[in-house]
Amino acid sequence: MQTEVIIAGFGGQGVLFAGQLLAYAAMDEGKQVTWIPSYGPEMRGGTANCTVIISDEEIGSPLVFHPKAVIAMNRPSLDKYEPMIKPGGVLIINSSMVDRKATRTDIKVVEVDANVVAEKLGDKRLSNMVLLGALLHQLGVMPAEAIEKALRSHLPERHHKLLPQNYEALHEGARFQVVEI
Amino acid sequence: MDMIDNDTETLVYSRPNSLTDVSTHYCPGCTHGIAHRLIAEVIDEMNIREKMIGVASVGCSVFAYNYFNFDFVQAPHGRAPAMATGVKRVLPEKVVMTYQGDGDMASIGMAEIVHAATRGENITVFFINNTNYGMTGGQMAPTTLPGQKTTSSQNGRDVETQGYPIRAAELLSQLDGSSYVVRRSLNDPKNIRLAKKAIRMAFEVQLRGLGFSMIEFLSICPTNWGMSASASMTWLENNMIPYYPLGDYKVHPAVAEIKI
Amino acid sequence: MARELMKGNEAVAEAAVRAGVAAYFGYPITPQTELLEYMSRRMPELGRAFVQAESELAAVNMVYGAACTGQRVMSSSSSPGVSLMMEGVSYIAGTELPMVLVDVMRGGPGLGNIAPAQGDYNQIVHGGGHGDYHSIVLAPANVQEAVDFMALAFDLAEKYRSVTVVLMDGMLGQMMEPCELPAMLPMKTEFPDWAVTGAKGRERRFLTSINLNPTQQEITNLRMLNRWAQVEANEIRYREYFMEDAKYAVVAYGSAGRISLSAVRTARAEGIKVGLLRPITLSPFPREAIYQASRKLDGMLVVEMSSGQMLDDVLAATRFTVPTEFCARIGGVVPYPDEVLDSIRNLVKGPLTTEGHPRDRWLKRMAERN
Repeated sequence: MQTEVIIAGFGGQGVLFAGQLLAYAAMDEGKQVTWIPSYGPEMRGGTANCTVIISDEEIGSPLVFHPKAVIAMNRPSLDKYEPMIKPGGVLIINSSMVDRKATRTDIKVVEVDANVVAEKLGDKRLSNMVLLGALLHQLGVMPAEAIEKALRSHLPERHHKLLPQNYEALHEGARFQVVEI
Repeated sequence: MDMIDNDTETLVYSRPNSLTDVSTHYCPGCTHGIAHRLIAEVIDEMNIREKMIGVASVGCSVFAYNYFNFDFVQAPHGRAPAMATGVKRVLPEKVVMTYQGDGDMASIGMAEIVHAATRGENITVFFINNTNYGMTGGQMAPTTLPGQKTTSSQNGRDVETQGYPIRAAELLSQLDGSSYVVRRSLNDPKNIRLAKKAIRMAFEVQLRGLGFSMIEFLSICPTNWGMSASASMTWLENNMIPYYPLGDYKVHPAVAEIKI
Repeated sequence: MARELMKGNEAVAEAAVRAGVAAYFGYPITPQTELLEYMSRRMPELGRAFVQAESELAAVNMVYGAACTGQRVMSSSSSPGVSLMMEGVSYIAGTELPMVLVDVMRGGPGLGNIAPAQGDYNQIVHGGGHGDYHSIVLAPANVQEAVDFMALAFDLAEKYRSVTVVLMDGMLGQMMEPCELPAMLPMKTEFPDWAVTGAKGRERRFLTSINLNPTQQEITNLRMLNRWAQVEANEIRYREYFMEDAKYAVVAYGSAGRISLSAVRTARAEGIKVGLLRPITLSPFPREAIYQASRKLDGMLVVEMSSGQMLDDVLAATRFTVPTEFCARIGGVVPYPDEVLDSIRNLVKGPLTTEGHPRDRWLKRMAERN
């Protein structure tokens, strides 16, 4: 069983960190995992994406053309990756940042007003956690607790005061349901 | 028949222990021999032969390791300061020297020497300036004087198309990382004595961990200059010393306190 | 031991540290820079040598100097920087010194780009620097292998007084995977009898690559060649997947190897009896293993992220007797498993031929595609 996730958005939206967190959680669950960023010469801004593959066996290609799931944090990411998702796959859209609906009818689409939820929780930067919570709920590859554990184990101690907020963001994200296209 | 009293016989001159007992391949009259001997004498006097690691370069002195009686490595053209950096960084207690000519250090190896100096690398560089590429047969070097004829500047160095000589001591003295940078000449007994004193100072600088030291030796190349050795010495005095003034170009305050 | 999630470049750096590297000399270049940055922090912390050199040229010559002392030393770079290092690599080979070099390949030639590629194969495997010498070349396909190969690289370099290159690419350098790091090895305390350490209480030693007498140089080269024969006899490594009953095989190394693994698995699920032979030592090349495997095969597919630099070695290994096709993306484009899968399907569909050159057919397909 192999699950491929692409997380894409603007640089600074926490794209790479969300992917790393997913990878840490998968590793701690005893799974094989790869995390690979798109890397370019630009250090800030621009588009950013990463691919995370979670598997029970040795992982071949760390890049896939047809991922099982996509988190699209902005419009260009939605336009680029929506057509590529495997039939039956999952598309999580940050509807705070995207001005169109999904068009695919053969995948599960979840619209998450992630920025609004994050701001209600007190920090706009939590939107990536909200989206991750929505993804995990749909994927079923790992429980949300795995991410919480990964946050505890791999976030530097000085940031641990932020843990409760992050947990809450994950749970809030999990409340969003699949929309009818 | 007079009896010779052996007890009164005094040995006034012998081969330094830091030189091997072989004839060199250097041309008759070449000042490499003087430079080699001075360095070896100082190493003997300081009793550091067993701590020495030399780095030979590419040029006439490529086989310097055959003449110095201590551990040696041989660098690619111009890279001796980089190689010396590698040696010194893993063996900081050893005394590391490079021995380089003008083509090697001031042309192809300019980046390596400048950056070794600017890092304040705790090594000693001996730089032989004889205004030409000796080993390959006397081509123009970065140190060739304006108007000087060489096999690759046959009408004399034209500064308009071939540029100006590089004054290495002045250049390296400008770097904050260098601690002791001087120019000496190997043309007469007085200057040779001053050169030896500078060699002593350079090794003292390194032993005290005070950083980068470089001595430029004005030298002659009778074969490629097409002159006798004595005429070469006169040419050095009349042409090189005015363009490359002798003196101390960089003496770090901590170095100035060393008494030898 | 606990697994750690690490970026390939950083994992390799830590693995080298734990293998007892005494000195690292390097120069920043993407996509290798994290390795240098990691070393800049880690080496001084352990009291070991680190220098960010003024160029790759200087870096490799610092390695040369430090290697003369018998210590474990290394550098790392990416393609254009590795080109600059080739002078020093040849000298180090000519002086019969151990060194470890990590090349995190990127798209080229020239400045190219910073995306993953395998275009340095010929430079690294078939020489690079001038003169007659061989380097040992290890090609990891995942972060764990890259970690494991660092200690191996130092061991092989020392055992055979050889340049050993760990040949990775930007994908492997930039990706994160869980890995188990080895325990910290103690630093070397004994040094070989050729090491230049100061002539204290012994005859002086010198290390040089100059040998003006051609007859003497020939003797040196033959000695190196005989040592290389030992490397070929003892150190060939490769990994096989699904090869037991395979009628077809993909040959691919490094990132192209792991991408091919995905395609091979899918092809197997479709009922195609295809396996994967992944060379790990590119030099010495697993010629005999490929030859023996090829005798049982109906067809082979070579997959690379270069224009068939390894393909020629594979064809020579099969003695041109097995129908072979070629699949590649070049210039920094990473192939998706889907493209490799299509090539496997086309191979099976035929026609199978030993006529012509697989690269010519691939080039024609690429032209049609664009």
